[in-house]
Amino acid sequence: MSEEMVTVNMTVNGENVTKTIPVRTHLVDFVRTELGFTGSHLGCEHGVCGACSVRVDGDVVRGCLMLAAQAEGSEVVTIEGISDSGEISDLQDKFVERNALQCGFCTPGMLMTAAELLAQKTEMSREDIREFMSGNYCRCTGYHAIVDAIESVNNSRLKG
Amino acid sequence: MKAPKFSYTRATSVEHALELLDTHGDGGRILAGGQSLMPTLNMRLSQPDMLIDINGLDDLKGISLDGDTVCIGALTRHVEVMNSDIVAEHLPLIAEAMPYVAHVAIRNRGTIGGSVALADPAAEMPACILALGATLVVQGSAGKREIPVEEFFHGLFETARADNELLVEIRIPSQKGDKVSVFLELARRHGDFAIAGIAAYGSVSGDTVTDMRLVYFASEDKPTIGANASAALNGKNWSDETKEAVNTALESDLEPMANLHGSAAMKMHLQKVLTGRAMDTAVVRASGAGGAA
Amino acid sequence: MGFIHPYERPNSYIGRTLPRSRAMRAVAGRGRYTDDITLPRTLHAAFVRSPYAHAKILNIETAAAKAADGVKLVMTGAELAEMCTGPWVGTLTVFDKMKAEPQYPMAVDRACWHGEAVVMVVAETRAQAEDAGELVTIDYEELPVVIRKEKAILPDSPVIHPNLGDNIAWEKTLGTGDVDKAFAEADHVLEETFEFGRHTAVSLEPRIVLADYDPGTEHLTIHTSSQCPHMIETVFARTLGVPEHKVRIIAPDVGGSFGLKIHTFGDEVAATAAAIKLARPVKFVADRLESFVSDIHARENRVHAKIGVMNDGTLVAAEIDDLSGVGAYSQFPRTSVFEANQILHITFGPYKHKNYRAKATVAYLNAVPTSQYRAVGHPIGITVAEHMMDWAADVTGLDPFDIRRKNVMEDDSYPQIIGSGLPMKDLSHQACLEKLFGLMNYEELRAEQAEFRKKGIYRGIGLASFIKGTAPSPVGFYGAGGARIAAQDATTVKLEPAGGVIVALGVTDQGQGVDTVMEQIAAAAIGCSMDMVRAISGDTDATPYGGGTYASRATAIGGEATYQAALDLRREILHMAGILLQTDAEELDIVDGNVVDFGSTEARIPLSEIGRIGHFQLGELPNDYQPILSHTRRYRLQDSPYIYTNGIHGAYVEVDVDTGWIKHLKHWVVEDCGRIINPQLADEQIRGGCVQGLGGALYEHCIYDDAGQLQNGTMADYVTPMAYEMPDIEVGHVETPTSESELGAKGAGESGTGAAPGVMMNAVNDAIKGLTSGRVTEQPIAPEVVLKALGKI
Ligand SMILES: Cc1cc2nc3c(=O)[nH]c(=O)nc-3n(C[C@H](O)[C@H](O)[C@H](O)COP(=O)(O)OP(=O)(O)OC[C@H]3O[C@@H](n4cnc5c(N)ncnc54)[C@H](O)[C@@H]3O)c2cc1C
Ligand code: FES
Ligand code: FES
Repeated sequence: MSEEMVTVNMTVNGENVTKTIPVRTHLVDFVRTELGFTGSHLGCEHGVCGACSVRVDGDVVRGCLMLAAQAEGSEVVTIEGISDSGEISDLQDKFVERNALQCGFCTPGMLMTAAELLAQKTEMSREDIREFMSGNYCRCTGYHAIVDAIESVNNSRLKG
Repeated sequence: MKAPKFSYTRATSVEHALELLDTHGDGGRILAGGQSLMPTLNMRLSQPDMLIDINGLDDLKGISLDGDTVCIGALTRHVEVMNSDIVAEHLPLIAEAMPYVAHVAIRNRGTIGGSVALADPAAEMPACILALGATLVVQGSAGKREIPVEEFFHGLFETARADNELLVEIRIPSQKGDKVSVFLELARRHGDFAIAGIAAYGSVSGDTVTDMRLVYFASEDKPTIGANASAALNGKNWSDETKEAVNTALESDLEPMANLHGSAAMKMHLQKVLTGRAMDTAVVRASGAGGAA
Repeated sequence: MGFIHPYERPNSYIGRTLPRSRAMRAVAGRGRYTDDITLPRTLHAAFVRSPYAHAKILNIETAAAKAADGVKLVMTGAELAEMCTGPWVGTLTVFDKMKAEPQYPMAVDRACWHGEAVVMVVAETRAQAEDAGELVTIDYEELPVVIRKEKAILPDSPVIHPNLGDNIAWEKTLGTGDVDKAFAEADHVLEETFEFGRHTAVSLEPRIVLADYDPGTEHLTIHTSSQCPHMIETVFARTLGVPEHKVRIIAPDVGGSFGLKIHTFGDEVAATAAAIKLARPVKFVADRLESFVSDIHARENRVHAKIGVMNDGTLVAAEIDDLSGVGAYSQFPRTSVFEANQILHITFGPYKHKNYRAKATVAYLNAVPTSQYRAVGHPIGITVAEHMMDWAADVTGLDPFDIRRKNVMEDDSYPQIIGSGLPMKDLSHQACLEKLFGLMNYEELRAEQAEFRKKGIYRGIGLASFIKGTAPSPVGFYGAGGARIAAQDATTVKLEPAGGVIVALGVTDQGQGVDTVMEQIAAAAIGCSMDMVRAISGDTDATPYGGGTYASRATAIGGEATYQAALDLRREILHMAGILLQTDAEELDIVDGNVVDFGSTEARIPLSEIGRIGHFQLGELPNDYQPILSHTRRYRLQDSPYIYTNGIHGAYVEVDVDTGWIKHLKHWVVEDCGRIINPQLADEQIRGGCVQGLGGALYEHCIYDDAGQLQNGTMADYVTPMAYEMPDIEVGHVETPTSESELGAKGAGESGTGAAPGVMMNAVNDAIKGLTSGRVTEQPIAPEVVLKALGKI
């Protein structure tokens, strides 16, 4: 079988992109290698680790479990986009201040997932945070600092 | 690992999808949420010739009420089921189970139809719809047919759906009424597939249990109705003796398969524990206002 | 006048929480990991790996693969061996009579584990390389598989490497005192056997290399996710016959390592060889499926333990017999026997007993090679000893705190020799115990536990004291053992023309915050602000030769080198300033980047002026004065084999006695890593390490079937700890600076990991105490293990 190519068109981090790629390319390989958005990482490529989390049409998804071709016409936001837009600058600051990351490899995925949680704008317990974040693997931090950072941003957003 | 080579087509209608299925036979594969299919592709465990992407088929999406039946389109995402008011009101069993399905990012893409079509024996949705006596609507180029859930699950990733049929809808009788339901599962970590689990649905009035259907999952090669256990339960008061009788009966219902997470003996033990807990909860729920979960 | 220790100055950077610059870029998605780097014309390697645990390679057919789309090279193990200077042999002379089979980077005529690389394919894309890999056909003849360590050591077992005679890699015994006599005189003698499952590191960023060779200059550059760039430089250069000084290793951001990335892996050598052969950059990522069958494994041990205790709770004798199951080869260059060796040395290390006997047997298996992984050996030795101590408490009617109070070495008794013969100094078991007692609110916790028990809720409290060897010395193992692994480390501290300071490190940063810690040390030692200092690490062209970061050595060893180099620079700055200001240098000080009169804060000359004059306006200095402005210092331990640290964990759990599920409610750690440079970074090392240890205690297990097939080599099946199940972790410190160095820092990186499994096992056993006579003695503590201990299945 020869390599089947497909031309995809989508918005990535606010910019319209059109590329012709092998159909089998998953979304994270696409944004990393075709567009140079290397902030989304691959930790397993089978859906377990969450390092590849990106936002597609407003929802956080596993970038490794979606073909780039499936994002045709979609709005894709990666860590670079959500970072540049300032949407999570408070969370990013808190991650740094609280040292909620060590190697940082999980961090983009953690932030993408936490952004969706914080968008709920509700009171939440540490247990709620842990539950919501339970699909994102971190080998370095032990999670405690990540929970602290999210909790404190949620508290200040609710107050704010 | 990267996925093997395949072709890819976006189905533009159910008919188009069916046509593609007919053309590609064994080599065609429906791509719904992709949350189970994509990992197997990325691990090169499956090598389809043609992926038929049905994500554009809006006809297959959505939750509606048809009299006393809740109709869920096969392409309805887990997250929509989880957040649905109709499901919360009419299908409390499913509402209770959904948070156990994977994690937020996976629920944002994964579909109830994919979950049912896949028929993973440790999955929550197949067990729940079996407990609730759902009907599966599948469609082939020759038309639609309805399959009672009791006849749908055949074994490990095996169902009554033919290869060239699409699962289009899941029709589930509303739980409105005086019945109660309970969902319980044990998984090593939150969001993992279960090691043992039960979905129970039936009536409890006072302490007397009737019409209770106990469905076990993550034990055998498919979700299984504990027929003997249910029989030992129905018409009885929920008591220590009944519990013992139900547990004994369960041994003739289930032959759990050992896997990496535990031996058959452990799974049998856990299913007994869950049965007891589920019925304890059912009794409490039945005595509370409204009856359902 | 003269000198105030930088850490004694008011508002010193030493002892202060400061943010990490690497963190700032990572949160923006701007981290630079090796896979983020693509060089022009980069090719991608993939491997065909053995599906068998042990098989002879009869024939390899590569023609179809070579003809496949995008393929540039297909190389067999035998072809690669021809590019190598020789096989690796994973022994160290310090491990007396150790045996190891020579090993080439890929299997040559025999595959010895499920997952061993057999053929490499290099193509334009990774997907194409994998496509072509499927076209390689290999004929194998299956050979007998040795996969259970208990059987491997029996005389009738098949032998994996016939040249070695049997499957025993190494045996060792050590001890002191008269153990038999002490057992005979003890009031109680307790015996138990413990099982520990195999683990692997699962760093989120997998192993990766991007190798680039320039045939013109014969320079080899390798970007790689490594903790030890200089060691990689040495090993790769020597293996592939490239002069060492022409090799440059760049370790950019590293996505977790935990010991995994201190080793050398054959597939990485193969990809590098391909880059040399093709004269094009070659990238190889060990994807997650490959990681499980090619990253080092660790921790597979069975330990039999026996202790003698008096009625008053005094531990009088201890004995352990360890059987380690390692892999098919001894991992080069650090070997696969370190773990067993550590177990012998550290078990019962906190205690005063004078009679100790320990034996280790290390068996080769047809499995992935094992080697050092965070807290090497400690989780095993600590679990064994602490279980036995809790059991002794039970038998003698003592509280677990009290039996430890009674038996730990007194804080004022150091220097001391422990039972295994190791010298200890500067430890603080008593202080840590008392601090933990307070942090846990121990008495109230016990009362709460009792209340819950009345309601049929089974909660357990665990304790686990530990010692941890950090920062190994060059006389202990590596250098002395013949391996070219640096146990010294070096830092260069340079004053730049504009007054900024560059700190070039031999040690490396994988997220621990090493760069920031070194910047803090340098800024404090020089007397300038943090933002005037920048650390460089992970580039062998830009940093002095060092060992890198392993065994919790970065701050302890590299920190002292940085401290001394920074003090040298400070002395030179003061000397120059003295000349320029015509003041005795002794009368001057540096505060906030300005040279000041001692005791004053008024700037007399800023560092930017010193930098400018030192680099450009040399006429302002006497003719005979040649500025250095770049100071390198090395540091190594002298007499001690390690800098030992100590501490104690506490855990509070709830066990569902019907299902065997464990809920971890709360975890505490009090440890003594000596002088703390950055308290937050130290705490987070402990927390992260702790969860890594808990993963091993509760979930993680590389499961092999009898045919030597790894059964759970995916992240779905190899269960790692995730956020929901993990507890909050409270961390406390006792600070006893090590007397080995001026700075006084010890290692902190593994104190979370070492004792977490032991404290978990103790807490679970405390929760189920009295329900049956059963105790949990196996890890991971899967529900089935608990149910069996409870006699429920
Ligand atoms: C890390 C992780 C954890 C998970 N945990 C759980 C869990 O705890 N419980 C659980 O139940 N699931 C879990 N899942 C699986 C998830 O729920 C999937 O979404 C679901 O099983 C499949 O749905 P899908 O829409 O993604 O199907 P796909 O992956 O697209 O398809 C699955 C299979 O069904 C077929 N198919 C899909 N839709 C149809 C249709 N309409 N008609 C005919 N055939 C169809 C496909 O051809 C394919 O063979 C997990 C997944 C991951 C990655
Ligand atoms: S890389 Fe997608 S979940 Fe791990
Ligand atoms: S910070 Fe390294 S994996 Fe999370």
